[in-house]
Amino acid sequence: MAASTGMRMYDVIIVGAGPAGLCAALYSSRSRLSTLVLEKARPGGQASTTEWLENYPGFPKGVKGPELMEFFAAQAREFGAEIVKDEVVSVHFSPERKAVRTAKGGEYAAKTVVLCPGAEPRTLGLPGERELRGKGVSYCATCDGDFFTDLDIVVIGNGDAAVEEGMYLTRFVESATIIVVHDEGVLDATAIIRDRAFKNSKIKWIWNSVVDEICGDGIVKSVIIRNIKTNERTEFETNGVFIFVGTVPKTDFLRGAVEMDERGYVATNERMETSVDGVYCAGDARAKYLHQVITAAADGAIAAVAAEKYIHEEEGFREMVLEPASPVMVCFWSPASRESLDFMASVERIAEARAGALVLVKIDVYRNRRIAGRYGIKSLPTLAFFRGGQIVHKVEWPTTEEEVVAAAEKVVGRR
Amino acid sequence: MIQVDKVNFEEEVLQAEGPVLVDFWSPNCEPCMALLPDIEALEKKYGDRIKFCKLNVVGNRRLAISQKVLGLPTICIYKNGEKAAGLTGEEASAVGIEAMVREHV
Repeated sequence: MAASTGMRMYDVIIVGAGPAGLCAALYSSRSRLSTLVLEKARPGGQASTTEWLENYPGFPKGVKGPELMEFFAAQAREFGAEIVKDEVVSVHFSPERKAVRTAKGGEYAAKTVVLCPGAEPRTLGLPGERELRGKGVSYCATCDGDFFTDLDIVVIGNGDAAVEEGMYLTRFVESATIIVVHDEGVLDATAIIRDRAFKNSKIKWIWNSVVDEICGDGIVKSVIIRNIKTNERTEFETNGVFIFVGTVPKTDFLRGAVEMDERGYVATNERMETSVDGVYCAGDARAKYLHQVITAAADGAIAAVAAEKYIHEEEGFREMVLEPASPVMVCFWSPASRESLDFMASVERIAEARAGALVLVKIDVYRNRRIAGRYGIKSLPTLAFFRGGQIVHKVEWPTTEEEVVAAAEKVVGRR
Repeated sequence: MIQVDKVNFEEEVLQAEGPVLVDFWSPNCEPCMALLPDIEALEKKYGDRIKFCKLNVVGNRRLAISQKVLGLPTICIYKNGEKAAGLTGEEASAVGIEAMVREHV
C-alpha cells in the first residue's frame, strides 16, 4: 500500500456513478465535502441503457434515461464533485482511513466511502446462452434493438422490464414473442404495462412455458421451448433472444469487506450505514424493497448526509476529546434525559474548579449516537474521563456531585 | 481510428496486412460510447502494431450480421481476412480488450 503521506484524503469517495452515486455526489459536494466519484464506464449506470423513463417525477411526458443521467452528472459537477473514469477492484477499510484500488492501478483514500456499484442483468445459464451472447442473445434492448429490424425475436421474462423492453423492441422487429411461465393472461408486470402490451399487435405470447436451450451455429437460430404443464418441448425459430429476468448486484469486489445477504446485496440500516463505520451503500446493490432510479437517488442523498454527519461527529470528537494532551471530562447527556440536565450544573462546577487541568466536553448522545455506542453509554448522565486518547475512568449515572469529584481527583489529583 | 463501412470493410479489414481491430458500435449503445475513449487510448499504445477501425452498425447492419455480430459492444480482431478473436457485452472491458490486443500483436 502506498504511503498515506502525500496522498490526497477526500472527505467522500463514491464508488459508481449511477443515480445513487451521482445523487450522493450532488449532496456531498453541495455540503462542501471534497467528493470523488469513481466510475468504470460513463456516468449513468443502468438508467443510461433505458430508452425512456415514465415514472421519474418532474417529467410529465417522460424523459430519456441517458438524458436524465447527464442532468444528474452535470448537477453533481456543478457543486465540485470530481468524476474519474476508473473501476474500483478492491477496498480496504480501517477506522481512520478508507482506501480503494482501481483497475488502472490507482489508489484513493477518504474519510468515508459510499458504495453504489449497482446491478447488472441476471443471466439464466441456459445451454447456448453464453456462447451466443452478442450473436443473437442480448440483455440490452437499446444497445442491440436495431440489429433485429424486420426480424423475429423472443423475450424471456414477464416483469415490468421484460414487457417494456419487449414493447420498445417492436419498433424494430417484425414480432416479439414473450415467453411466460404463468397461465394465459397472467404477468408479473404491473397493470398499466400489461394492458399496453396486450394491445400491441407485434407482441405474441407463449404461456405456461420456459426456454430450455438456445440453439445456433455462430448465430441464434432457434430456442427450445418447454411447456411446464405438458413437459412438451418444441423448437421455435427466432433471430434473437432478449433476456430480462431481473438483476444481480455487482458486489463481488466487496466480499469480506462489508456484510451482505446470500444474494450479494449489501445490508444497511435506514441511514444506508453498512456493517463498517463510515462506509455506506446506496442504490441497486443495497438490500431493499424497491430498486428504481428514484429510490437509488433517495438512497444516495441519505448516504451523503449520513457521511457528512459521521465526518463532523468523528472529527469533532477527535479534536476535542482524543487529541488534547491534558485530561478531558466528557459528560454524555441528552435533552430528553431530565437527570442529565439537572446534573449539568454540578458537572460545570467541578470543571470550573479544575480549569487549566481538566477540560469539559458535553456530548449530546442523540446527535452522537455512534460515539455513545462505541463507549457503551447506556444511562445518562455518564461522565467519562479521557487522557491521551484513551478512556481512563467512567462514572455511570452519578447521583451526587461527590461521586464525580472523587473520580475527577483520581484523574487530575486533589485540589 | 479508421471508419469502416460496407464500402471499405473488405479493403481495410479483410484484405489488410497484419492484425486489425474492429470496434462494432452504434450511437444508441451507451456501453459502446463509454468504451470509445478506452479504445482510443489503446490505439495510442498499440496503433503502430495493430490497425484500429470502428464500424457504426447503423447503416451497416447486414455487414455486421454477416460478421456474426448481433450485439454491442463487440470488439473483434481480424487476421488474414479471418476473425481471430472477439469480445462482447460485459467481457468487452478496457482491461479485457487490452489483454486480447496483446495476444495478437
